[in-house]
Amino acid sequence: MTATAPDYTLAELCIVACAEAWRNDGEVLATGIGLVPRLAAGLAKLTFNQDLMMTDAESVLVAEPVPVGPRGNYQVKVEGWMPYLRTFDLLWHGRRHALVGPVQVDRFGQMNISAVGDHAKPKASLLGVRGFPGNTLNHPNSLFIPNHGPRVFVAGEVDVVCSIGYNPARWPGGVKPVDLDLRLCVTDLAVLDFGGPDHAMRVVSLHPGVMLEQVQAATGFPLSVEGMPPVTPAPTAEQLEVIRTRLDPHNLRATVFKGNPGGVRQTA
Amino acid sequence: MADKRMTPAQVVAQLQDGMTIGIGGWATRRKPMALVREMLRSPLKDLTLVAYGGPEVGMLCAAGKVKRVIFGFVSLDVQPFDNHFRNARQAGQVEASEMDEGMVQWGLRAAAMRLPFLPTRVGLGTDVLKLNPWLGTVRSPFADGEELVAVPALKLDAALLHVSESDEKGNCTIQSPDPFFDDLFARAAKAVFISCERVVPTAKLINAQTARLQPFERSLVTGVVELPFGAHPTASAPFHGIDVKHLADYNAAATPEGWADYQARFVDLPDHDSYIRACGGYGRLAGLSLPVF
Repeated sequence: MTATAPDYTLAELCIVACAEAWRNDGEVLATGIGLVPRLAAGLAKLTFNQDLMMTDAESVLVAEPVPVGPRGNYQVKVEGWMPYLRTFDLLWHGRRHALVGPVQVDRFGQMNISAVGDHAKPKASLLGVRGFPGNTLNHPNSLFIPNHGPRVFVAGEVDVVCSIGYNPARWPGGVKPVDLDLRLCVTDLAVLDFGGPDHAMRVVSLHPGVMLEQVQAATGFPLSVEGMPPVTPAPTAEQLEVIRTRLDPHNLRATVFKGNPGGVRQTA
Repeated sequence: MADKRMTPAQVVAQLQDGMTIGIGGWATRRKPMALVREMLRSPLKDLTLVAYGGPEVGMLCAAGKVKRVIFGFVSLDVQPFDNHFRNARQAGQVEASEMDEGMVQWGLRAAAMRLPFLPTRVGLGTDVLKLNPWLGTVRSPFADGEELVAVPALKLDAALLHVSESDEKGNCTIQSPDPFFDDLFARAAKAVFISCERVVPTAKLINAQTARLQPFERSLVTGVVELPFGAHPTASAPFHGIDVKHLADYNAAATPEGWADYQARFVDLPDHDSYIRACGGYGRLAGLSLPVF
């Protein structure tokens, strides 16, 4: 951190960290579910991977990411059609990378968005499995978790296994499905991936001011750590400019975290 | 040529207790809500619904019409959860046959092609198979020998769809940006009832340039109901958008008293015109902006 580094918020740090998911993907459909993932996909396309395809979150492919919130005079730059039928065709074909926000995640990267508790009579009925089973069997997936804690990163398996993960006991014939590919997991505390032994979740970087012990204590299973993880890179001035003026001019990202905290945690 | 026009009551008179009913559209877009309200007013019960679910699922559950829901999601979009559906599920009142979104269209496609099932990898390695013991697995007969999920045909006794325009024979168009899976719902069903914004003469409905807006052919259509704003409170682009406020009020009414009040104000009405008036009139509904996400 230098004295001239720009001020940024935790939301902006997470957007920049999430954008990295698509850096080396080439020409795939980038789907960011939720505000931070969607802004991250837009940032990736406008900065380091212009080949990405994306939609207007409705039914057309767009040549540039659509700003979130009221659009004023902005005209959507349509470059193609993407109704849901074609979305299924595309995703079963594999050229997509989704960044999603599950409610629970376990040590295998299995995710839950369906229900908390017993599925027949759940404590909380949530979205349904939606596209998670098909997504995780067919194309790369990354995760954004805005509330890193032991109720999200659970000790056992998630209550309803909505997506396939690195759990050999559940693999068909005991063999890892060829297209199973879990990439990044960005949280409000750290960046993780599945690069530990047997695809264990591994700490890639710690957000500024966050301690490694804090991340482990907030996770219901042991994390893989190699040496002392670096600090998550701060957003560059260019990245902040793109986020603030082009992608999210109404600052909807200020609502992601309570109180819209800064990107650098103040240690006590 | 058959004139297939009918009233909502005539549609619902052809439905029976215990039927499997497919409902077209997607979440808060092009749901045949006026036909659903007619179902709410009827004594129908023990229904199995197949849907990319929106408020129709919660309403039919709240009214005690539903035994089972086959779904990939039930959502109000702007509000992720339908509280009426949540209540029914959390009370264990409905059987939740929850599949991947893609598996729903796959099962409809199998029924549409009159096949017993279609294979897919989707669902392997997840709880989808455990939660749905009625799904099967099948082994590829070829050298790969791969084990796959067999999604059984989702055969529908009836499909209810809201399209844009139709002629009196059931030639119809979907002019909104996404036709969703209405064509598969239609082909998977023994009887298809469509509501539409307006019934128009064939020559005004379609021409060589617009023929591709027709989702399926008229031989599938049993009944045509002219119901302008018949999708309200869901969207029917390009005619009108989502009534976000109405959906929020509906979602906030997920108590026995709240639902009774909603029913009294918006369901137990003599006709569709009364409903439109209760929602603020045709002018207000025409002004609902199209969804922006």
